[in-house]
This record gives sequence, C-alpha cells and structure tokens, in this order.
Amino acid sequence: MSLAKTQSVAEIKARNKELIEEVLKVYPEKTAKRRAKHLNVHEAGKSDCGVKSNLKSVPGVMTIRGCAYAGSKGVVWGPIKDMIHISHGPVGCGQYSWAARRNYYIGTTGIDTFVTMQFTSDFQEKDIVFGGDKKLAKIMDEIQELFPLNNGITVQSECPIGLIGDDIEAVSKQKSKEYEGKTIVPVRCEGFRGVSQSLGHHIANDAIRDWVFDKIPADAAPRFEPSPYDVAIIGDYNIGGDAWSSRILLEEMGLRVIAQWSGDGSLAELEATPKAKLNVLHCYRSMNYISRHMEEKYGIPWCEYNFFGPSKIAESLRKIASFFDDKIKEGAERVIAKYQPLMDAVIAKYRPRLEGKTVMLFVGGLRPRHVIGAYEDLGMEVVGTGYEFGHNDDYQRTAQHYVKDGTLIYDDVTGYEFEKFVEKVQPDLVGSGIKEKYVFQKMGVPFRQMHSWDYSGPYHGYDGFAIFARDMDMAINSPIWNKAKAPWKAAPKATLIAAE
Amino acid sequence: MTQNAEHVLDHFELFRGPEYQQMLANKKKMFENPRDPAEVERIREWAKTPEYREKNFAREALTVNPAKACQPLGAVFAAVGFEGTIPFVHGSQGCVAYYRSHLSRHFKEPSSCVSSSMTEDAAVFGGLNNMIDGLANTHAMYKPKMIAVSTTCMAEVIGDDLNAFIKTAKEKGSVPEEYDVPFAHTPAFVGSHVTGYDNALKGILEHFWDGKAGTAPKLERQPSEKINFIGGFDGYTVGNTREIKRIFELMGIDYTILADNSDVFDTPTDGEFRMYDGGTTLEDAANAIHAKATISMQQYSTEKTLPFVANHGQEVVAFNHPVGVSATDDFIMALSRISGKEIPEALSVERGRLVDAMADSSAHIHGKKFAIYGDPDLCLGLAAFLLELGAEPTHVLATNGNKAWAEQVQAVFDSSPFGQNCHVYPGKDLWHMRSLLFTEPVDFLIGNTYGKYLERDTGTPLIRIGFPIFDRHHHHRYPVWGYQGGMNVLVRILDKIFDEIDRNTNVPAKTDFSFDIIR
Repeated sequence: MSLAKTQSVAEIKARNKELIEEVLKVYPEKTAKRRAKHLNVHEAGKSDCGVKSNLKSVPGVMTIRGCAYAGSKGVVWGPIKDMIHISHGPVGCGQYSWAARRNYYIGTTGIDTFVTMQFTSDFQEKDIVFGGDKKLAKIMDEIQELFPLNNGITVQSECPIGLIGDDIEAVSKQKSKEYEGKTIVPVRCEGFRGVSQSLGHHIANDAIRDWVFDKIPADAAPRFEPSPYDVAIIGDYNIGGDAWSSRILLEEMGLRVIAQWSGDGSLAELEATPKAKLNVLHCYRSMNYISRHMEEKYGIPWCEYNFFGPSKIAESLRKIASFFDDKIKEGAERVIAKYQPLMDAVIAKYRPRLEGKTVMLFVGGLRPRHVIGAYEDLGMEVVGTGYEFGHNDDYQRTAQHYVKDGTLIYDDVTGYEFEKFVEKVQPDLVGSGIKEKYVFQKMGVPFRQMHSWDYSGPYHGYDGFAIFARDMDMAINSPIWNKAKAPWKAAPKATLIAAE
Repeated sequence: MTQNAEHVLDHFELFRGPEYQQMLANKKKMFENPRDPAEVERIREWAKTPEYREKNFAREALTVNPAKACQPLGAVFAAVGFEGTIPFVHGSQGCVAYYRSHLSRHFKEPSSCVSSSMTEDAAVFGGLNNMIDGLANTHAMYKPKMIAVSTTCMAEVIGDDLNAFIKTAKEKGSVPEEYDVPFAHTPAFVGSHVTGYDNALKGILEHFWDGKAGTAPKLERQPSEKINFIGGFDGYTVGNTREIKRIFELMGIDYTILADNSDVFDTPTDGEFRMYDGGTTLEDAANAIHAKATISMQQYSTEKTLPFVANHGQEVVAFNHPVGVSATDDFIMALSRISGKEIPEALSVERGRLVDAMADSSAHIHGKKFAIYGDPDLCLGLAAFLLELGAEPTHVLATNGNKAWAEQVQAVFDSSPFGQNCHVYPGKDLWHMRSLLFTEPVDFLIGNTYGKYLERDTGTPLIRIGFPIFDRHHHHRYPVWGYQGGMNVLVRILDKIFDEIDRNTNVPAKTDFSFDIIR
C-alpha cells in the first residue's frame, strides 16, 4: 500500500506543500516564481484549485503541451471523416499526427472517408519565399480530381502560413465558388498561436461557426424529419469507439442523436446540429465555444455530461433526461437499471483488486477530472491531478465536483516536476500520455495512457467502464512490476516501490 | 447487451455486436448524408485503374501519405546520441511534443527534448528571450553535459540567428561561457528527417572541431588509428549499433561511434528513469577529428557531414544501409583495409552461415516481386539484398529520394538480371505506391507501419522494415546490418512468405492439400 493511505489529510497536505517547495528549488529564480503559480495543494471548499492556468509554458522546460495545430487538426477537425484536411505547410506536423488519436470511424478510406490519411502541401523553401496560395489552389483541384467523393476540404495552417502572410481565406472562397459551393474551411491554427492546443480548439470551433453554420440559410430544411428528442453529442472524439458506447445509451433512453462531434462525424452532422433540441457536451474544454454559440444564436441549451464510471454515467443520464419529458426520464431510469447488473459484476470482480490504490493523473482538457469518478467507483483514490491546457473554469469544475482535500494540483506540469512528484508520492498508478509512459514504467510505476486508452477502449459508457476496470487492474496488478528489481540487488529504495 | 464482466469485450469485438451494428447503420442512413454505395464502389474500382494512376502521377502540388518526416526530428535523434545531451528545439513547442511522441511510439522508450516555446510575441520580436530563459532553465533543471540546439520552421521563417542568440544567452549567464551548446539550423521545409540528422551531427562536430563557435582554438588534427562510425537516422539503432560494435571488437579496431543513441533508446526497467544513458562522450566527439577515417552507414543521412569530415583530412567511406552478404562484405573489407586489421575467422563463419541460410531458403523468395519504400539508404540496402536472393525489387520508392538517389538505385537494378523490370520512384508518396500496387501488382510490400493501409487496400502482404514501426514491438532491438542482421531480415521476409502460404492453403477439403508441415 502506498504512503498516501497511511497518512492523515493534514500530513498529506504538509508533504505536498513541501514537495512543491522542493521542486521549485531547482529552477532559476524567475522561473521558480512563474512555476509556483501553477502548483498547489487543494483546499476543500475553495472555488477553484488555486493555480494559474492557460499561460505560456516556460522556455526550456519539458512541457507536455502541444500547439494550436494539434488542437484543430489533431482534435476537432481531423476526425470529421468525409472531409479532406490539408496539413498546410511543411510535412512534419501531418506526419506526426497521422492517425495517432485513434478516432474510430466507419467508411471506405481513400474513397469517401479520409481520417487515417495524411494530406499535406509539403512546403518547400520556394513556397516560403513566394507564398503557398497558388500551390494551395492547385492542391484543391488535385483533391477534386483524385478524391471526387470528398464532401469538403479544410486547410489546417501550420506555423509558416501565418508568418509569410498567405491568404488561405481568399483561396478557400474562390475555390468554393468554383466547385459550386463546396464547403472549404480555412483554419488559422498556426502552432505558435496561443499557449497550447487549447487555442486551436477555439479557432477550430470558430471556423465551424463561420464556414459551416453561417453558410446555411436560416430557413433551410433539415435533411431529416425533426423530432422532439433530437440531441447532438459534442466533444467526443471516438477514441477507441468512445462516442459509440455513449451514443448507444442516449438512443436506448429514447433520444435521437442527430450529430456526433467530431469522432466518426461527417459534414452533414455538423450542418444538422443547429436543429438539435439539446447539445450534450463531453469535452467542455475543446467544444464549449461552439456550444455557447449555438445557445446564443439558435437558442439550443447545452449540458455537460460525464460518461466515465457508473456513478457519473447515472448522474449524467438523469441530468440529460431532465431537459426532456417523462418518457425520456423513464428511459434514463430504464437504461441505468438495465446496466446495473453489468456494473455490479464489474465492480464485484475488480474492486477487491483495486481498493485503496492511488492514482496520479496528468492529461488534457477533461480527463484530469472526469475519470476521477470512475476510479472512485473502483475504490481508488486520485491523489494528484492537473491539466495540460485547462483554463480556470476547468479548475473550478475540478475543485467543486471532483477532487478531495489535499490533492496535489499541477498545471502544465514540467517533466521534472512530474517525475519528482511521482517519486515522492508513490502512487500505484500514473495516467498520462505516451511521452510520460515510459519514464514512469522505468521507475517501476504502473501506467496507463489516458489520451489513447493505451490502444484499448472504449472507456466511455457502461460498456466502456468494463474495459476501463479491466485495464486498470491489468496495469496495477501485472506480475511484471515485481520483477523490476533483480533479486540479487540490495533491498530497493523505498521511494521506488510503486506497490507491495 | 454484449458486454460482460467475465469476458470483457474491447473494441475489437464490442462494436461487432448486433445492437452496435444497427446503431451505426442508422447513423449512416439518417444523418451522414452518405454517398450512393454504387457510386462509392465505382470510384473504388476506378481508383485501381491505369487511368487513375495516370492522374495520380500527374499530381504536382498535393502530397498524400508521404514517407518522410521533417528535419528537426532527425536533429533530435542525432543529438541524444551524445553523452548527457538534451536536444533543445528553438521554435514552437508543439513540434517537440510531436518528436517525442514519434520516437516514443517507435522505440517504446522515453524521449527527452525541450523547446524554447515560442509564441506570437516571439513571432513578432524574435525568439532571443526564449533562448536566454530556455537555456538557463534547461541547464538548471536537467543538468545536461551538453545542450544541442536545432530549429523548427517557425524560427527559420522569422530568421532567428542561433549563433548570435547562443552567444548572447551565454553573455547573459544562461549557461557558462565554456559550456557546450552546438547548434544547427534545421528548417522543416528543406529536406527531411535524414537532412536534420545530417545537419545536427555536422553542427556538433563543427562545434568541437572548429573552435566552439569562436570561444576556443580550433583543434589540430593528430592522425590516430581510430575509426569513426556514423549510423545515420536508423530505426534499428539499438540492435544495429550494438552489432556494429561487436564487429569492431571482433576485428580489434579502435573505434568511436558518433551519435551513439543505442542505449538511450533501450534503458532497463529497474526502478530508475535514466534521462541520459550511454552516448558518445564529448571527449570522443572532439577527438573524432584525429581518426583515420569516418564510415557512414547511410550516405543520404550524412551528405553534409562527410564532406565536412573529409575537409579535416580524414578518409570518408559511405554505405547505403548495407543489408545482406555482398553489402556486408564490402563493409567488412573496407574496415579491414582502413584499419589494416585481418578479417577474423569468426566473421567468415558468420558470413558462411548467412550464405547457408540464404541457400536453404532462397527458393521461396526467388522470382518473387517486392515493392519497397522508406528512406533513400534503406531502400538501396534492401533492393540490393533482394536481388542477391533472386527476387525482384519491382517498385522502389522514397519520398525523400532525389535524382542522384534514383540513378544509384537504377545502377543497383542494372547490376542484376533480376533488376530488369524494376523501377525507382524518387519524390513520390504512398498514394503513388497504391496506384503502382494496383496496376503492377507485386507479391510483397516492404516498408514501415503506414504501409498497413496499402496492405489493406491492395491485399499486398506487408513486411515491416523501416521507421516508424508503431504497431509491432521490439523490432528495433534486432540488427539488420552485418551478417547477423541479414539473417534477421531474411527471417522476417520468410516468415511473412510462409504465413501467406499457410493463409492461402488452410481451407479444409478445399485448398489444404498444400498446407504442408515441412517447408
């Protein structure tokens, strides 16, 4: 059992505060001052976690953050399956983001579906010198010829585009006209914009507003007969099929999902969304902007939900149902009851193996808080958490609904801080990304990638929770962790043991 | 409900259940505005035709599924090959997240690298302050022995001058005056990751040999008997570098591996995270100027480094990712000639064993057609090996290959009767390859993980050799160079051939007369 469980909250708080002081000592003074604002120990009852967020990363530290391009192409636009997304600029960005987020979809790739492909303008020096607009126009012609069943094109700007002053908006407009009104969306998501991928989400949302929604005449009829139960899933990227294991629950309770954003999504679904009666928002951070816009412009209410773990799922189903009539409310109860035996069985099987285990998280925009309930359903405790690119409203939600007194909070954690924190706190599990995974496994600490579900999943919904529970068990209770120290080596240092 | 606690179904099986299939069908029909299935089928068939191939090859601006990455990745890969060295990428931070992820996904290892995190203000005013603060932070936090700086496209477009910036940063006390901060400009819009490897390595050697950016006297070459070895950008660096070291040791040659990143991408799990492990010592990097010769295993990874080394008075010898008997012979004989050392019997025996293995198995490969893609040197090495096995490397494609490379590949074709109907495709991408596989089918495809889409679309079985390999584990631990490496490549090809034969003959009472137990 880890140390955290043997200490009182006061002791844990004192230790965490000391830890923060300790890591700050290594930095030059100016940097220590900056980083101090991002580290804290949560005090119960406070309205947020007491850390600054959404500020520039410090140069020269190993930040885990990405960039605006990653937020737009990698997260929001990339999964829209029937459009072709051009990584506009040099070859690298598209190459590294190529199919890496496991946004599952159904479709004939290369013919009517394009998610797991890499389209790039592969900028050369001459494009930097003379500008890339002509090349972009030609690329669009070539796309039209070679991929005639594409339903639209987006231009995802990489760093040089904004710097050399290319007019991708003009090219997009002109080509759209030429192709009889085809949806062509320029997205100004150059990687140097903003402080993380977060601004890329916002820019991508604004592009949907300006180049998809605003193109639709207000009186245009939807492609389907509207119903009072039409909802849209917003902010689920269908990692390992998450949106599918969520959608099935909404449909089982009697709602009709008219659009999925953006995992397994299509342009038609984006266009249909303003006809929804309610937008249900999973990843608040990446898609609250467009949800707010639809509320203001079309009067569509939105509500956040959390489909990790049975407690939060049931709470969320009831919350979503509260926007509808009794038929849906009953539907929610029916769904909760239907899956209760499965949840009981999953918990009966895995909770005894996981009870009391501690977790430290560091993930993107919603998971640092949303998965806490799922861990608690398994009897586990999250003892440290933080966001790569969260904003203050994320930390408010975290403080008010998720974390316990004394939890260690680290915003935009640096590699150095994270290593030190884990070494000292000795959690039984760390949940973070590929860049962190092997660092902690080398230390003998079980790890799960909580961006990609370590190539497993789905984790959302009731079906997903069974997989989540199994995966956490297999990570923590893998026999391999007993082998990290050679038997002939002296007794291992206490700080390096993850679990008994 | 198909899910159950006793046998948890994950994505492989879960979504095949009837309720999910029904849900997905409804979604498509009602909300996706799908294309007419007949039209999808028509275009799918059309995309396999010679007519489509012609249009596809007429492309001038669009690149689809390129088999190359950008310069800074290569720079990071080279930099971590030096003792205690952290790569510092000057530019936007998102790039570094990508390099680290890419390397970690291939090696299943940590990948350490920092960024100067330039944002809008740096775009306007330049990134000098980011460099000053960044170097200070990196130095304080990670206590590296050396910080190797390279750039992203952003820093290059705004024209940041690394030499001046590093000087200024030192004046401001970011790092001590005498501290080693070699640098290289590595714009992403020039060349590819192999270019970045080349530039970074040259930058590091230049730093040590040519007076540390004006802060020390240039080194005087005092010829020694040592031999330098450069692997180049190589996804098999863990297995390959160790194999090469073994060969050097067998031959009794005094050597220096330059950019030896074999250990940092293969650290043990023993309770400790090693940010730095192994690597060429900084002393060895400096002393490499005195060596008798420098051998590059990949000419296109060292196009600038080798002339730089030659200009300092050494002999340089370049190979093209040698795989197989003759290519390894050439390498070993060059080692022997340069060092004056005898080729030990042990290597002759190893050679004989590879020949033995090829003799035992080549009947299964003889006459088979292969398509190969990857980095220029890798393609050359594999094409030569296939010809040696009596196979036909029918399509050889490198997105980062140029005209000179194409001529070199053609010369390899011309050296063998099996190369007669083979063609080389410089500067083309994997969507071009798709057309080639449909219109001029081959028996097997050799390339990296991205080739699995080609395997699915065209039915051409994929043999995974190259970088990156994301979806198979631990290949990088096994060498592909040397006679033993040749053996590994041979086995990998044969395994796929036999798997395919079994797959094609396993229907009971129908095809299984050839489902042989002995091959």
